[in-house]
Amino acid sequence: MKKKLLAALLAATCLFTGCASGSGSSTDSQNAPAGDTNNAAEGNTVKAGFVYIGKIDDGGYTQAHDAGRKAVEAMGVETAYIEDVPETVSDTCEAIRTLIEEGCNLIYTNSFGFMDGTVEMAKEYPDVKFAHCSGYQRSDNMSTYFGKVYQARYLSGIVAGMKTQANHIGYVAAKGIPEVIRGINAFTLGVQSVNPDATVEVVFTDTWYDPAVEKQAALELLNKGVDVIAQHQDTTAPQIAAQEKGAFCIGYNFPTADAAPEAYLTAACFNWPTFYTDDVQRAIDGTWSSRAYWEGLAANMTYLDDLSALCAEGTKEKVDAARDAIISGEFEPFTGPLYDQDGNLKVEDGVKMTDDEIWNMSWFVKGVVGTIPA
Amino acid sequence: MDILNEISLFLQTSVQMGTHILFAIVGGIICERVGNMNLGIEGMMLMGAAVGFSTACATENPLLAVLAAGAAGMIGALIYAVITVSFRGNQVVTGLVLTIFGTGVAGFIGKSVSGNIIPQSVSEAFAPYSIPVLSDIPIIGKALFDQSFYVQLAIIVAVLAYFYMKKTKWGLNMRSVGENPAAADASGINVTLYKYVHILAGGFLCGMGGAYLSVVFLTTWQDNVTAGAGWIAVALIIFSTWNPLKAILAAYLFGMLKGLNFKMQGWGIQIPSQFLEMLPYVATVVVLIFITLRKKKEHQPPKSLGNPYFREER
Repeated sequence: MKKKLLAALLAATCLFTGCASGSGSSTDSQNAPAGDTNNAAEGNTVKAGFVYIGKIDDGGYTQAHDAGRKAVEAMGVETAYIEDVPETVSDTCEAIRTLIEEGCNLIYTNSFGFMDGTVEMAKEYPDVKFAHCSGYQRSDNMSTYFGKVYQARYLSGIVAGMKTQANHIGYVAAKGIPEVIRGINAFTLGVQSVNPDATVEVVFTDTWYDPAVEKQAALELLNKGVDVIAQHQDTTAPQIAAQEKGAFCIGYNFPTADAAPEAYLTAACFNWPTFYTDDVQRAIDGTWSSRAYWEGLAANMTYLDDLSALCAEGTKEKVDAARDAIISGEFEPFTGPLYDQDGNLKVEDGVKMTDDEIWNMSWFVKGVVGTIPA
Repeated sequence: MDILNEISLFLQTSVQMGTHILFAIVGGIICERVGNMNLGIEGMMLMGAAVGFSTACATENPLLAVLAAGAAGMIGALIYAVITVSFRGNQVVTGLVLTIFGTGVAGFIGKSVSGNIIPQSVSEAFAPYSIPVLSDIPIIGKALFDQSFYVQLAIIVAVLAYFYMKKTKWGLNMRSVGENPAAADASGINVTLYKYVHILAGGFLCGMGGAYLSVVFLTTWQDNVTAGAGWIAVALIIFSTWNPLKAILAAYLFGMLKGLNFKMQGWGIQIPSQFLEMLPYVATVVVLIFITLRKKKEHQPPKSLGNPYFREER
């Protein structure tokens, strides 16, 4: 009797939790604010759906993307989104299907891990337009898009290089993939352009999101005597560690001066509204076609946050000069001569690395201390 | 930097990284000692983290923040206790549901305070302070005596829990409830009361552990801030063989793990982080095998762990 009762209870509870988690995603999207209604009057039938890796108020990566979605809403286009989607093919597909069932015909997926699911759905729904962030697979109805945030990182490196007294800068990095390596390299080149003696020490956390571990990694670097902390992580924990130890910090994704006001110098940021409004406009105009979008400072796709009052004197002039040079195209951070960590010449003097080479970068430039995890 | 100083700074960070886990392990031990396995630790920690943080922001009172965090954990534990003790529901399922529930509740509460920073009055109350002389002790000085009071509180709580369990009459009664509730019942112990009190106390500690992360360590709200620490705690309860003193060791060893990975990166030694992440669980399995083989009495799990108590079915 007892066992039967237990089994029944167990089954009931499983059923209950199963239902609860199953309905979670659709409620999320129902929570999405309904778009402006006047676009129907204009005969516009575009509805944009967003699949997010994080929460729209995470103070980082997804919040930056959601600013883009809000800009799209401001154009009078209806949108919907699903938060917190796990990076598996089945979860990606389910999220995309839900959005399509709600009438979305333009789908954005904002994390690298959504790639395979997006590819699959693009095949299944040839009439729906897809765009996948930070990946490399495209098809007739699937674009890729990303921001050249390494250009902003180069500028933030200048800020750090001017600020450091110890000539020792820390960098809390997530994973040893090209996107992260590229950022570390650009940052280090920026540092060394104003301070050739300074080195950038890197620690890999092997996680995009774990606030406590990110802070621990920053503390490890700070205990070694670095006086500026930069990061490629999704939370502000490394910046809080810097403030606690009386050092300075550089944010990522999103201006985060509020998180560590006594330490914040600036941040390398994405300006997602630039891409999303442009892409949605193409869909409305009927000029949308599959493409590989990768723009930076010049297109205002990425930018450096305003410098805080804590920055060293003369920083603004150097940053402005470098920014102007990058925007006008007369300068690119990844231009030879570039040396690897052992001092071997990797890029000849005056040679610009191609977008492909930059995209697939898997070696550290001179001045970086640390090893890329296998 | 000399090597002694480096070690002492390393231990200082490790202790900070083990503090929330220590609260959770001790809370979990207290709960399991009355025979209830609670897999809801993660959920109770998150509820504590969210409620503690929002209370700190709303009242700017550090004591209230801690009490509210503990109370939030306790509410989670109360749900669990009603289902498992009064209704004699399955403990594993109830615990799992509590984790899912707590994660959702915490995310919901946290939404309203995301982007906030802890008010100064609270962050000052929990700021690390260094005790003169003692904090200069080589190696362990900084780890124990140059810390937030909250960190030291975790150790005090663990030691007190140990003495309560081993040296007091109530502790003896509590353990007998976990070993053989029928015998305890026959000897006049109020089994239901003992179960409720200790499950709730365990929940209180789990809530406090969560609040350590949001209120003291990170001073900002991050969604899902525990990132699985509650599950590590469940494993480390076994690793510490239901002994709060060993829990101190277990928690701080865990705190060292990631830090060790970062240290080794600095030395140019590469160890896949997956390997290090696996270690607490491997250690737990090894301990489990060990205690099962040796059958030493004081290392065994409470005998009635996981079984609901039906007085009528004796």
